[in-house]
Amino acid sequence: MQMKNFKEDFPLLRENPVVYLDSAVTAQRPESVINSEMEFYQKYNANPLRGLYDLGFKATECYEQSRETVRKFINAKSEREIIFTRNATESLNLVAYSYGINFLKKGDEILVTIMEHHSNQLPWRAVAEKTGAAVKYIECNHDGTITEEHLKQAFSERTKLVAVTHISNVLGCKTPIKRITELAKECGAVVVLDASQSVPHIPVDVQSLDVDFLAFSGHKLMAPFGIGVLYGKESLLEKMPPFLTGGEMIDSVTRDKVVYSDLPHKFEAGTVNAAGAWGLKTAIEYIQNVGYDTIGSIEEELTKIAFDGLKQIPRINIQGSSNPKEHCGIISFTIDGVHPHDVSSILDADGIAVRAGHHCAQPLMEFLGIPSTTRASIYFYNTKDDIDAFLNSVSSVRRRMGYGE
Amino acid sequence: MENNRSFYNEILTDHNLHPMHKHPLDTATASLEGVNPSCGDDIVLNLNIKDGVITDGSFTGDGCAISQASADIMLDLIIGKTVEEAEHLKDIFLKMIQGKATDEEIEELEEGGALSDISHMPARVKCAVLGWHTFENILKE
Ligand SMILES: Cc1ncc(COP(=O)(O)O)c(C=O)c1O
Repeated sequence: MQMKNFKEDFPLLRENPVVYLDSAVTAQRPESVINSEMEFYQKYNANPLRGLYDLGFKATECYEQSRETVRKFINAKSEREIIFTRNATESLNLVAYSYGINFLKKGDEILVTIMEHHSNQLPWRAVAEKTGAAVKYIECNHDGTITEEHLKQAFSERTKLVAVTHISNVLGCKTPIKRITELAKECGAVVVLDASQSVPHIPVDVQSLDVDFLAFSGHKLMAPFGIGVLYGKESLLEKMPPFLTGGEMIDSVTRDKVVYSDLPHKFEAGTVNAAGAWGLKTAIEYIQNVGYDTIGSIEEELTKIAFDGLKQIPRINIQGSSNPKEHCGIISFTIDGVHPHDVSSILDADGIAVRAGHHCAQPLMEFLGIPSTTRASIYFYNTKDDIDAFLNSVSSVRRRMGYGE
Repeated sequence: MENNRSFYNEILTDHNLHPMHKHPLDTATASLEGVNPSCGDDIVLNLNIKDGVITDGSFTGDGCAISQASADIMLDLIIGKTVEEAEHLKDIFLKMIQGKATDEEIEELEEGGALSDISHMPARVKCAVLGWHTFENILKE
């Protein structure tokens, strides 16, 4: 099959020869998204929800249309369940501070998996500190698999909240979210799903997943920086107090009484990032146009090539599953005797951008017994040439570090 | 495409793979840990200072090649020097990493000059200066 070269859609990739293998950190932006953010400022700019004039209404309309696009995208029941934030981190903190602190208490248990990003760990530790609830870990196998056994060990009748990632940002594996929501239901716990790494790669349907909250960042989905999403079930959001207070989230304020706005505005205090939301809408349209099937098949093919190539190179250790299909384009690896930061600096000298470090998942690193890894993350706009360049460079690393081979 | 201007030159890789000064030091009069969280570099610098002269020194710990090689090269330079001379070299090294040292000054650093390219690698500056900063902190104590 003749694949379209998607790099054509991305101004940076058209003009810059960089081999960009760091999309799990942030994706590149297609021209349509860059243009739509600009379009907002050129055609619709006013402070949404405030200006009582035509332009103000247009800005509001753009903002609310974007919300509707997000609602459809993740199949939420109502636009009242879609809250715009800055990023996944803010979305998760919103749930922790508004739901966690107010509805959990001493004796309750919060479950997180050992592979959570710090953004889905630290807010829960703060909740534990403030409420006296305890944070417990769901363990996993060395390749990231969470088994029934691991779940049974973690869940108890005290479990009241489960915060889990959909896809690990280090190992690329999926977590058994369906089973987790089932078990959570049995003990009356709410489920918070971190979809930061899944939304860019696989369709996400909040109703079929039946999670209570879901968080993601726009920027990993090719939207502008500074726009993120929190989905929450209406019945829960209704009873939660505001996270931040201030402008544009009240119905009325008198000297001694405040009536907060209705959902979702109750959770969107202050001037909102309407241009970012408008760009997110375009990013969602772009991704739907490309299609998750196409995205998945390109990623799978390239991941397989990368895997096969890496296996030919001596002294490379790939973390996670041995099956390239279970990586969602994420390949974390180490090279014997070479520090991951040195690996990434050598790749950088060859024009290849990868990430090295603990990937904001230090408890997972500790579990894997490695301080850090180099991570290449593949997206559908990457090409076989990118992977070839990557493999060439990786195969030269030990020699360039002075090992005689 | 392989870029041969990569700053992992022979001097650097040699000090990383075969550090002369990486060992414990029973006679140390001062020891201090230095940590660079960005790479997870974690070293302990040990010095024996007698009458204002650094008579011996070593380091232990782990980290990336740049932090390890830089610490080893530093010890090559400062062992046998007076504290004053060593501080002078430290000042030049830190200037070099900011891209501000003259060629004559870099000469004084001998093999330390092999790390001059790090000034173009903002992400790795902390690795290169870890040993020297730890040295600076030992003197402060
Ligand atoms: C799994 C996961 N969760 C949360 C985050 C945090 O995203 P952000 O920094 O955009 O809030 C990331 C991004 O690195 C991630 O990979």
